[in-house]
Amino acid sequence: MGNSTLFIAVFLACAVEAVEALTIVIAAGVARGWRSALTGALAGLATLMVVVAALGPAISAIPIDALRLVVGALLLIFGLQWLRKAILRASGHKARHDETLAFQAALAAARHADPRRRGTVVDWYAFTLSFEGVVLEGLEVVFIALSVGSNQHNVALAAGAALAAVLVVAAAGLLVRAPLSRVPENTLKFVVGVMLTAFGMYWGAEGAGAHWPGEDLALLVLIPAVGLYALVLVALLRYRARRGSGSTTDSGVGSHGTGHP
Amino acid sequence: MIGRGLRAFGAFWYGFIVGDDWRVAVGVVIALTLTYVVSRTGGPPAWSIIVAAVALLLVSSLRQATRPPPSTHPPGLTHPCR
Repeated sequence: MGNSTLFIAVFLACAVEAVEALTIVIAAGVARGWRSALTGALAGLATLMVVVAALGPAISAIPIDALRLVVGALLLIFGLQWLRKAILRASGHKARHDETLAFQAALAAARHADPRRRGTVVDWYAFTLSFEGVVLEGLEVVFIALSVGSNQHNVALAAGAALAAVLVVAAAGLLVRAPLSRVPENTLKFVVGVMLTAFGMYWGAEGAGAHWPGEDLALLVLIPAVGLYALVLVALLRYRARRGSGSTTDSGVGSHGTGHP
Repeated sequence: MIGRGLRAFGAFWYGFIVGDDWRVAVGVVIALTLTYVVSRTGGPPAWSIIVAAVALLLVSSLRQATRPPPSTHPPGLTHPCR
């Protein structure tokens, strides 16, 4: 796999999660005050750096076949979950992720919470809201960047892609001072789901002892093939929904879980 | 207190790794185990197992997600308002 594919996969995954984290931090900042919100976001970033520092060397020490098997399995599970939700959203069976709605919900919750001071933190609610947002959205990205990077023996490039995405999203957030609702988040999640699934298939099978025809070049077939298959499934689900035999509700909101992504 | 903390910790990692559909995670583990066995014993190309598994798992998970909710009325009974 070329370095550019590695960079694109990690950059997109990180950008999507960074947009969601930014929405939470802005909601905390607007509703409760920027000092505690930014302190919480920085504390969250510091926690993620500690996780990277602890996990990075540990992952690098695992033998490559075992690493590919475990990481491939996890990437495949992650990828299929991302892809499943992306297909449900694209076919109208699940409400599309809307940063403006997410922002309004977080804002309303933040405005009704009681202010409480703890130690040097002026507003504990704003601090924890930002902290949790950054850590929870970032943890998945840390895992993806570390696993993809270590499998390709290029953790530095993966970390650079993750950092670039965070900087781009943070800069855009500073400029507009509002949730980045114009980012085509649902499309990005579809692309990331396709890439994670393809990487997971490749590394998982290699780790289990299989040998892909063409070795690394197989990824150049797997990625478009998974994408095409997902698009066909979207078309089939849309067709079925139009015929009125397949959908549960118009939007399907709440019927397919609320977890990541 | 510790039990609740452990449960929350376990629930977080379950949600983080397994997600909304546990069948996908189980299917991936089974597919990789089969791939390992086939790669050791010969036979069909072992990578084809993963390709087939992904195709089937995705369809089955989407079917599960788009399946209409079960009816609240037992079969054969009419709605009380009718």
